[in-house]
Amino acid sequence: MTEEYVQDLQPVTVTVNGTAHRLTVESRRTLADMLRHDLGYTGTHLGCEHGICGACTVLVDGVPARACLMFGVQADGREVRTVEGLASGDQLSDLQQAFSDHHGLQCGFCTPGFLMLAEAFLAENPDPTEEEIRDVVSANLCRCTGYQGIVEAIAATAKGRR
Amino acid sequence: MSEPVARADGTWVGASVPRKEDPRLLSGRGRYAGDVARVGELFAAFVRSPLAAARITGVDGAEASGVPGVVGVYTADDLGLGGLTAALDRAEFTATTMPVLARDEVRFVGEPVAVVVADSAYAAEDGAEAVEVAYEERTPVTTIGEAVRDGARPVHDGLPRNTYIDLPMFDDPGIDAVFDAAPYVVEVGFASARLSALPMEGRVCLAEWDDRDDQLVVYVSTQVPHQVRTGIARCTGLAERQVRAIAPDVGGGFGLKCVVGREEIVVAALAHRLRRPVRWAEDRQESLTASFHGRQQEYDVRAAFDGDGRLLALDGEVRCDVGAYSAFPFTSGVEPLMAATELPGAYRVPRYRVRARGVATNKAPTAPYRGVSRPQIVAVMERLMDKAARRLGRDPLDVRRANLIDDFPYTGVNGITYDPGSYRESLDLCEKTLRAEGWYERRGDGIGIGYACFNERTGYGTEAFAQRKMELTPGYDISRVRMDPSGTVTVTSGTASHGQGHETTLAQIAADQLGVDLDAVRIRQGDTDLAAHGWGTFASRSATIGGGAVQLASGKLADRLRTIAAHLLEAAPADIELADGHAGVRGEPATRMPIAEIARVAHFQSHRLPDADFGLEADASFDISGPGTFSNATHGVVAEVDRGTGGVRLLRYVVVEDCGVVINPRIVDGQVRGGVAQGIAAALYERMHYDAAGQPVTASLMDYLAPTAAEIPPITVHHLETPCAFSRTGAKGMGEGGTIGAPAAVLNAVNDALGTDLETVPATPEVILDALERQA
Amino acid sequence: MKPASYAYHRASEVHGAVELLAELGEDAKILAGGQSLVPMMNFRLARPTALVDVGRVDGLSYLRRSGTELRVGALTTHHAVETAALDGFGVLPRTARWIGHYPIRARGTVGGSLAHADATAEWCVLAVLLDAVIVAESVRGRREIAAADFFLGTFTTALEPDEMVVEVVFPRPAPHAALTEFAQRKGDFAIVAAAVSVDLSPGGRRCDGARVALGGVDATPVRVDAAERILTGAEPGPEAFTAAAEAAAQAIDPGGDIHGGPEYRRRLTRTLVARALAEAVS
Repeated sequence: MTEEYVQDLQPVTVTVNGTAHRLTVESRRTLADMLRHDLGYTGTHLGCEHGICGACTVLVDGVPARACLMFGVQADGREVRTVEGLASGDQLSDLQQAFSDHHGLQCGFCTPGFLMLAEAFLAENPDPTEEEIRDVVSANLCRCTGYQGIVEAIAATAKGRR
Repeated sequence: MSEPVARADGTWVGASVPRKEDPRLLSGRGRYAGDVARVGELFAAFVRSPLAAARITGVDGAEASGVPGVVGVYTADDLGLGGLTAALDRAEFTATTMPVLARDEVRFVGEPVAVVVADSAYAAEDGAEAVEVAYEERTPVTTIGEAVRDGARPVHDGLPRNTYIDLPMFDDPGIDAVFDAAPYVVEVGFASARLSALPMEGRVCLAEWDDRDDQLVVYVSTQVPHQVRTGIARCTGLAERQVRAIAPDVGGGFGLKCVVGREEIVVAALAHRLRRPVRWAEDRQESLTASFHGRQQEYDVRAAFDGDGRLLALDGEVRCDVGAYSAFPFTSGVEPLMAATELPGAYRVPRYRVRARGVATNKAPTAPYRGVSRPQIVAVMERLMDKAARRLGRDPLDVRRANLIDDFPYTGVNGITYDPGSYRESLDLCEKTLRAEGWYERRGDGIGIGYACFNERTGYGTEAFAQRKMELTPGYDISRVRMDPSGTVTVTSGTASHGQGHETTLAQIAADQLGVDLDAVRIRQGDTDLAAHGWGTFASRSATIGGGAVQLASGKLADRLRTIAAHLLEAAPADIELADGHAGVRGEPATRMPIAEIARVAHFQSHRLPDADFGLEADASFDISGPGTFSNATHGVVAEVDRGTGGVRLLRYVVVEDCGVVINPRIVDGQVRGGVAQGIAAALYERMHYDAAGQPVTASLMDYLAPTAAEIPPITVHHLETPCAFSRTGAKGMGEGGTIGAPAAVLNAVNDALGTDLETVPATPEVILDALERQA
Repeated sequence: MKPASYAYHRASEVHGAVELLAELGEDAKILAGGQSLVPMMNFRLARPTALVDVGRVDGLSYLRRSGTELRVGALTTHHAVETAALDGFGVLPRTARWIGHYPIRARGTVGGSLAHADATAEWCVLAVLLDAVIVAESVRGRREIAAADFFLGTFTTALEPDEMVVEVVFPRPAPHAALTEFAQRKGDFAIVAAAVSVDLSPGGRRCDGARVALGGVDATPVRVDAAERILTGAEPGPEAFTAAAEAAAQAIDPGGDIHGGPEYRRRLTRTLVARALAEAVS
């Protein structure tokens, strides 16, 4: 019976928002839980744990990842960026500011996932059409805003960066 | 960070100031219940019934107790907690008790039977899997038809015909004669699917016992912290002050969290018993299937019209499938009673008869999901209007105009007095907008236009809630405003924001009263130790009632500031003006002092005060008498239906809404848009489907189709303003309007596009293709 | 929804990965992008006792032309295909856009999708349509499996428990090919996916050959002979396409689920096959 509950511990060295961390986690510990509970980056939220809602989106080596679909151990040796890494001290990034300006958040629970999604998207697509923006916004779920403020915020950010 | 900018006249109310909540939420520095951590915390996981109806014959936690990391396994008998009984003081309603853990029987799939506590969420789930529960399976009832049939198996003993409530709410013995004589009788048989409010954050709580304050401290993702406190106190036997419920940042609620959950009580009780912090976070599967649902209703309604399209009479029955228990404290009566009371809505109905039924089934219990019965009653009325128009050969909007209430105040046949609104004006502007954009020229060939014209009761005060005869009658709110020695202000409110931006809007109200900068005001809410009492946030009450209390309390403190300033500036209090962070004397621009200085003096130089009234604090309560205040709106939708797939695309969505005085226009627009998105979801996408064995089939977000940005069009919102005469601020509530109008408008647009008569929501592609096939 | 425990192993090359698979037994699985596997593990529907993480195996992410063939490395992400210019194989990047959403495409892999064998998955349908060959490796060596033999049932392939997909080969270009699908929401799994490939005569006035594949109407993707026969020799156009679509709708025997009954899938098939054909020749 006990062999079913093998506690497989793995060492992980991971950089989060530029800070290096070394820790040991169970191999089944998701990246989301490792970030939230083992490392204290509670900005990344869990909305479904089956990869649909995108609230847990972070960047792993620049690539958007649903942190509920990755194990913490997979981030070993990688650079992770979470929502906590967007602002410079108290200074919100242009993207964050745009979300506020365009009322792209209400309860805020899905917001970190949208921010990281937008970060990754704009890095690859600096000049998107509105249709392309709405298309990428459709990757994540929001229950409060009806999405319009989110689409407008990303569009305004793209425009501001050009 | 954007600086908030007041309006040109210096006031904050009416300005789209940036939200104070935003910086922390955008930085990932919000504090949701799941973010609060405690050393030595334990994790709970619930063992849930896999069957819809069964007797529990045994629970064996022995194997689970041996799972690594598991600290304990507890059943109902182990915990010995009372249950939650939600009651209405009316003979037609039969109360039921929801045990916090099922003891003898399970009544829906997902009902909690035992709880496992472990040192990690992962181990707790391992343990929950290993608990062995023996069941004697029974045949569940899963539809209203099955439930009320002769000989149907009872969901509860003592609940005859599985009926919580069966009430001819309005009777009119002569009404049949009116129908017999009427030139036109139109019928609607409408059905709406069971839904989940689906807040992005599920239910979460962290409870710990604090010896110094002799209380349980429970961080809980809730809309109703005081009611959670009451629920925990009742079930554990603790006194109310021995429970502190704190709703921190809450990731949405929409009504799912305005009732008390049994799991919250169990977790609190465990923390008390174990003297260790215990946390629980519901996963999405639990949230979808085992928390609370709403909106599963059936209507059989007929309306009599005269030759000019005027309503002569309305007669019908509403049946609500409200699941296995009454939720606390609203009860399972809330949906049927609201539906029956408010069906006439924005229309003049001279004669009315309606029967309201709430039926128990072996499915999850229901809570008041945003809009509650209003989306459905509006859909029924709006279908009646469109159908009557077709029968009479008239424009559907003209039929509406012939019937909309336009003379206020208006007391309807349902005994409700509607305060002034802009029902016709909103319809006119909505139609004008769609016509000007050329949509009428594009109508036809799969493109249709649909409208919904409705009102929305908000700001229910004590008197309005008392009509429901709930054991806990919500209504009033209490606010306390306190200024510290540095001149900054803390305002408490009994409301509990979960996305609505109260930290900003309530601060706008207080800042205007006190003449201080918006940054000088901090709103504290959601904490039962901070607010004397409160009812939380639901039923669109926070701006009206919460705002009213804040306005009164800050007004009182402002009076005190004026009294002190008058003394210090040697002027009359009536001549003191508070503005721009200063107290000044009217007509003497050079004579003024910073409000911060008044605060410093009041605290540290109290010998200079005019009297011995120390401290700078005021509180006030506020309530609305009568039925509440009615917002209104018209939704206009253009829909395109793909005849090959049954898919629907919304080409245009216009809302013309009136919620009285708008405190923060951007926040109001956001509420409308988010509400419309949920309404579109109800119209086309979402349904919580149970199979014949009572198994919830749509148990993940792969199958429960919450819409994405690809399914929700841009939504234009126009505002009209008919102030509320009695809410202090002039504001009406409006948080639910978006959800209320959308299903009706979308359904009407789809029917207009296809020439069909669909009367169920969601109108899925399969339903649409079936209808097209029948047409052919 | 936390997964059950398992033992984690990391491989840096194929050789090591297949040795681990052989050693760990049949309840071990490959972890690549994780976009299909990890949700199932979170639901505890999948409970592998061990995972071999191949995320860092080099040399398995490529799109390589070789004669008439296109060889796709198993760890090629959907996003890499989406953004590639593949002359003659344009149906692949166009199809990739149907897969989930951007973050899923950024991590999900072609090999992972094929091994997962969801009957509605775009790569599975395309593999069947275009007679792809799936290349698998194990400690016993390399094995080539034709797509027609690869998909055995719902989430079931011909792969042995210790085999790993390393490549999929599309044997010849398909310049007139298209895949279209329907789901209620953007990015959802298709309820029905229709993929077609047409060989046109030099003037474009005749279909010399046609292939029609459907996903979502059976436990695996299926080819529809009846539709293909109608198209072969016919003039490409609405008449032939409608007839072929009708034949496809009649030829299948789909089941029902929460999205709809059998008749619904038949109607979708009728619509989507016709639309795919129109897109393929446009």
